[in-house]
Amino acid sequence: MLGKTAGGLYWMFRFLERSENTARLVEAGFRIALTRSTDGESEWKSVVTTAGARAGYSAKYETYEGSSVVDYLLRDPANPSSVISVIENARTNARMVRTALTTEVWEAVNETWMTLKDALKRPVRETELPAILGIIRRQSALVRGALHGTMLRTDINDFAQIGTALERADNTARIIDVKYYTLLPSASFVGSSLDNVQWETVLRSVSAHRAFRWLNEGDVSSSTIAEFLILDARFPRSLAFCSKHLVANLGYLAKDYGQRHTCHDLADSLRAKLKKRDIHSIFDSGLHQFISDFINDINALGAQIENDYRFTGQDGL
Amino acid sequence: MAMMGKTPPHFDEMLISDDQVRSPYTKYEKWFAGEDAGRLTKKSKEAEAFFRRTGITFNVYGQSEAQERLIPFDLVPRVLSSREWSRLSKGIEQRVRAINAFLQDIYNRQEILRAGRIPVELIAQNEAFLPQMIGMTPPGGVYTHIVGTDIVRTGEDDFFVLEDNARTPSGVSYMLENRETMLQMFPELFSQIKVQPVSDYPKNLRRSLSASAPQSAGKKPTVAVLTPGIHNSAYFEHSFLADQMGVELVEGHDLRVLDGHIAMRTTQGYQNIDVLYRRVDDDYLDPLNFNPQSMLGVPGIMDVYRAGNITIANAPGTGIADDKAIYSYMPDIIEFYTGEKAILKNVQTWRCSEPDALKYVLENLSELVVKEVHGSGGYGMLVGPAANKKELAAFERKLRAKPGNYIAQPTLSLSTVPIFTKKQLAPRHVDLRPFVLVSPEGIKITPGGLTRVALKAGSLVVNSSQGGGTKDTWVLED
Repeated sequence: MLGKTAGGLYWMFRFLERSENTARLVEAGFRIALTRSTDGESEWKSVVTTAGARAGYSAKYETYEGSSVVDYLLRDPANPSSVISVIENARTNARMVRTALTTEVWEAVNETWMTLKDALKRPVRETELPAILGIIRRQSALVRGALHGTMLRTDINDFAQIGTALERADNTARIIDVKYYTLLPSASFVGSSLDNVQWETVLRSVSAHRAFRWLNEGDVSSSTIAEFLILDARFPRSLAFCSKHLVANLGYLAKDYGQRHTCHDLADSLRAKLKKRDIHSIFDSGLHQFISDFINDINALGAQIENDYRFTGQDGL
Repeated sequence: MAMMGKTPPHFDEMLISDDQVRSPYTKYEKWFAGEDAGRLTKKSKEAEAFFRRTGITFNVYGQSEAQERLIPFDLVPRVLSSREWSRLSKGIEQRVRAINAFLQDIYNRQEILRAGRIPVELIAQNEAFLPQMIGMTPPGGVYTHIVGTDIVRTGEDDFFVLEDNARTPSGVSYMLENRETMLQMFPELFSQIKVQPVSDYPKNLRRSLSASAPQSAGKKPTVAVLTPGIHNSAYFEHSFLADQMGVELVEGHDLRVLDGHIAMRTTQGYQNIDVLYRRVDDDYLDPLNFNPQSMLGVPGIMDVYRAGNITIANAPGTGIADDKAIYSYMPDIIEFYTGEKAILKNVQTWRCSEPDALKYVLENLSELVVKEVHGSGGYGMLVGPAANKKELAAFERKLRAKPGNYIAQPTLSLSTVPIFTKKQLAPRHVDLRPFVLVSPEGIKITPGGLTRVALKAGSLVVNSSQGGGTKDTWVLED
């Protein structure tokens, strides 16, 4: 496979995952704004921060109004992380790697692009927002389903999975990073309504509020939530799940190509850091530091994969 | 042409009169007569949705909005009998043979110039002539691996070659997709009417390219398609052909010269390429040998080529054979190299570089078609009978300023084939681009080709960049 093709697949699936994550963040923000009357602004502000769009947003807007945040995150072409921008990028990458995709996957991406361009043509009114967020998530699921159902399990699939897992790990980690203080046991308004709201936001941002309750009946505390998001490999958006997935798919590549690279060592060490830990030791050594390290590790891993598999031509040979 | 009243009577390939159908269309007409117009309209819309969903689009330069457009597809096929086709294909084969012999000659011994059959300055001062190719014979001796000969018709037996397209002809993906679309929409037609298949083209293309590989290649040569990238107007076709052939689609930045070969950057290191089907123009192919600004090509590829370690399809410099000024000499060229008279006619052509011809052209501008010698895609062209006084005057100024830049031809009364529009049939002008594959093993022409159709009543401009559409083209079995 061409290095460029591997890179195109990886980025295509990173972008698709990002569109879904952004929709989830907006959905959580919207939900909180609807159900809690106070302090909507700071909630929307943290949504923008989590989406990594703080600098661009504040250059354009003074305040964090729901409508302008939604507009900026969903349909502003000037925001490189807006849903419309990342879907455009996902499709551009898909066109670039068209020969590596099945017709079903290509058509699913192309349809996603056509559908969302149409749905996001005009500013989204509050009444339409839930439906449009639903479309975004459904379209992303459609592409993933087409991939799952039709693609050969070759290096093509591996690069697609690696892109998805890396983006997802990064997203979950950033949600924890922005909200880490609400997850600290020392912020002990335990049982207060403030904590409940914050926790619910965190869980909703990764669509895990129900899954969490299923697995942790009654035991709602900051440490169980943190444990769930970081260490519970049953939950497909947790850091543990994502890193397990990364190790597995990089492993398939190593087996297929008969060669291990530096990125394999990085992924193994990332996985080991999560496997050996329990949540209390993470709290003891500092949750914030742990998450910052994780985000750095994920970024370093991404760069190493790009280099090891020659996505671009800057590798000398 | 805008004025329907003044349009000379033209040859319709389907209907001789309101109640008389030409024989190749008999069975189709019978089927059509039994169809419901509403159902066909619905089918027509389905086809459009299918093209859009599958991304069979092309990019139009200079239009930032609606960057990707569909080429409109008309559901009425263009039908040729096997007798008509056999004559056409013989004529095309003769022409393509002559073109390859001409290229071999013009870049080596130049016998045709010594024999005085074409003027030396036509070659020497022609920017399509590449000095870098002098003394160079490509692997297998093939210059034009892929040719798309443009043919128009004006009567029962009157076929003319309009252009030879020996550089990087496009459109073959539409030929293939149009047939697929017809098979999906009207399967019953194909059980009633026996049509020669076109679907072997990608397989034949790969085979033909592999057979043209350099000696250094192994038994299974590595082939790749070189595209300028996703913003190119024909990108869909590039990826389609790579996909159908099962080869990599590469861009310049995927390639480099490595140990005297062209190699592509893969996830497991660099891998050599033996045959490069390039859809990048000569000028952009190698910044070290041609346009130094080019980011699309591969620095040093010409050196690898001269060393005989890569096949470039088509060879650089083939443009000298389909140049519009050379075109007027094609009958002589065919005779010179094959010893036969040309089977297919040339359109009468006035070379505006010649004073007498220029005088005639200026006097008769409103009746002629004037084209730029190096132009393509229907850009920069004057259709005299369709132009108003102001446009004629403006063109006359351009013509006088740079006569050598233009040739003129009579406005041909192109044949028509009906399209389905507003629930009925209406005649529209068409042309035909059959696709020819050349390799050391021989010449292969896919039966049919791409029929382009002007969608506006009376219009003679069939180019997709200017609102033309396409049709499936049928060559009937005997």
